[in-house]
Amino acid sequence: MSEDGILHGTFFMNGDVACAEGAISAGCRFFAGYPITPATEVAERMSERLPHVGGVYIQMEDEIASMNAVLGASWAGVKAMTATSGPGFSLMMENLGLGVILETPCVLVNIQRAGPSTGLPTLPAQGDMMQARWGSHGSYEIIALVPSSPQEIFDLIIEAFNLSERYRVPVLVMSDEAVGHMSEKVVIPEISPENLMSRRRPDVPPEEYLPYKADGDLVPPMAIAGEGYRFHVTGLTHDEKGYPVMTAEAQDKLVRRLVDKIKLNRNDIIKCEESDVEDAEIIVCAYGITSRIARLAVQQARNEGIRAGLLRLITVWPFAEERVKELAKQVKAFIVPEINYGQIVLEVERCAAGKASTVLVPHMGGSVHTPHTILNAIKESLQ
Amino acid sequence: MLEVEEQDKFGDHLFASGHTACPGCGQSLAARLVLRAAGRNVIVVNSTGCLEVFSSKYPESAWEVPWLHSLFENTAAVAAGIEAALKINGQLDKVRVIAQGGDGSTADIGLGAISGMFERGHDVLYICYDNEAYMNTGIQRSGLTPYYARTTTSPPGRVSMGNWRPKKDVPQIAVAHEIPYVATASVGYHLDLDRKIRRALSIRGPKYMQIHVPCPLGWGSDPAHTIDIARLAVNTGLYPLYEVEEGETKVQKIPRKVPVEEYLKLQTRFRHLFGKNGGKKELEEIQRIADRNIEKYGLIGK
Repeated sequence: MSEDGILHGTFFMNGDVACAEGAISAGCRFFAGYPITPATEVAERMSERLPHVGGVYIQMEDEIASMNAVLGASWAGVKAMTATSGPGFSLMMENLGLGVILETPCVLVNIQRAGPSTGLPTLPAQGDMMQARWGSHGSYEIIALVPSSPQEIFDLIIEAFNLSERYRVPVLVMSDEAVGHMSEKVVIPEISPENLMSRRRPDVPPEEYLPYKADGDLVPPMAIAGEGYRFHVTGLTHDEKGYPVMTAEAQDKLVRRLVDKIKLNRNDIIKCEESDVEDAEIIVCAYGITSRIARLAVQQARNEGIRAGLLRLITVWPFAEERVKELAKQVKAFIVPEINYGQIVLEVERCAAGKASTVLVPHMGGSVHTPHTILNAIKESLQ
Repeated sequence: MLEVEEQDKFGDHLFASGHTACPGCGQSLAARLVLRAAGRNVIVVNSTGCLEVFSSKYPESAWEVPWLHSLFENTAAVAAGIEAALKINGQLDKVRVIAQGGDGSTADIGLGAISGMFERGHDVLYICYDNEAYMNTGIQRSGLTPYYARTTTSPPGRVSMGNWRPKKDVPQIAVAHEIPYVATASVGYHLDLDRKIRRALSIRGPKYMQIHVPCPLGWGSDPAHTIDIARLAVNTGLYPLYEVEEGETKVQKIPRKVPVEEYLKLQTRFRHLFGKNGGKKELEEIQRIADRNIEKYGLIGK
């Protein structure tokens, strides 16, 4: 550990701990949390580590309060995060929407477990992927990243903070119990300040400042409460001044910008990883823990002479629709294994638009796919 | 007023043995005593927590009465709905509703629902099994964790001596709702506990009971000492036993004041208070809390 309390070096740690360390490396200094399996270890680690870097951990009375405290801390100028799992994620949804309309940079981690409801608290699932997209009411866009290893949780937490600061939107990190509780090698590099994004601050004098006036990139600069700029934020539909305006015109202008600032910048946001896709006639499209199993299935298929490839989604929202549309022209089928009864497969199917067939390989949760199941689906799709 | 039935001849079996609680679990013992006193004409609504998990899994389920697992935050609200349905069906004279949960679901996430249940006047007995932390998720602090206790989210170390806030006074929050009956109890005093459950169930309207239940795993205590430790909490003054009925407070006296160290030193969650790096100031502060309780409730003397 260096003098400033930030870890550097090579460690053997689980995904939840790597998540906490990623946040600390990203400059997160506030964590509000609530115990929930399998995300509790993130809170435990933050409660121990934040005091060493001059940060604050608060255990809240529930997940509603956790999400709210994170919004409050962000508005007061501190990078903030919370971590939870299914039931807590559901409770946070109203305030995720508040974060969206207030354009609040923050990170929300979901270590997914199997639902619905209490479900299987200690076992993995990827069942909240559509909730991540549509969980709060109203029309909005969100950013959601899906790590597949403890190392990638660390890396993507930093990426999540950067994206949230850049686009002024809550960023979701949608991990799962398998990755959260798996221990692997995690390399924590020294991260130079220029690789850590901070929200753009107002560059006009206070009397000229309009809190929700955006330039070409559609992301308005953000003042911190108490530094002299007029500070008026509201969950009501508002104009550039930040004051409520109850008209269809104001609603149209605001919602379009909230959606477009993500949509129009999607090429900057979306990350995928491709292997063996150039000549592929079958592509397995997978994310998170499932992508690691899919990789083996694809290798086995290649060994048997099948031209299979892997498209691993790192960013799930916004969805990599252009790339999937392109690949649909070349392949016979997309195989989509996921630990739910069909969520991201709907997006793949929409983008394939009948040009390639789409095969769901579902798993209801509680464990992970076997490579064999995915390999079988690859073979069947060729028949 | 409802008459509480004579003890059911199967009363001892309504919370059956064979569940998967840890050795020395105060909560499982208290749950058994509660059901024995309540009899079989009850519907139990149980929030998420240790009790829910260790008592409900097939084939080790312990419940010989109708039992519902609500979620974490909503036990009192689910119970309110059950009570309303019993009223609609004309069965409220025959069946009593017990809502219960641990200290996290009571003092933290579920407090709003409990307050609503009190305020609307539902005929429900709410029981909080207070083991002073979130034990089901692995010992995180709650609003009922006492001063300076170590939990995984209040770790003592260079910048902290453990939990930095005093216990939230939920019984007095209940009293402030002016409900007909509020009581604190301890698994260490089972006759007192039994009497209070029977008393509570004989009264119509919302009732609140908070039962102190040591957790050997979370407190770092010897499972064989659960009852001793529960009694020490009472006899130090740290856990005053009282009941408030129609605004009048009745107190269970303690024979003599036991220094708080006697209670704290049996639990590793307070070990850092007895180490080389101090703890004297903190021990004095805990003693002051006990002294204040003794004075406030008149725990010693006639």
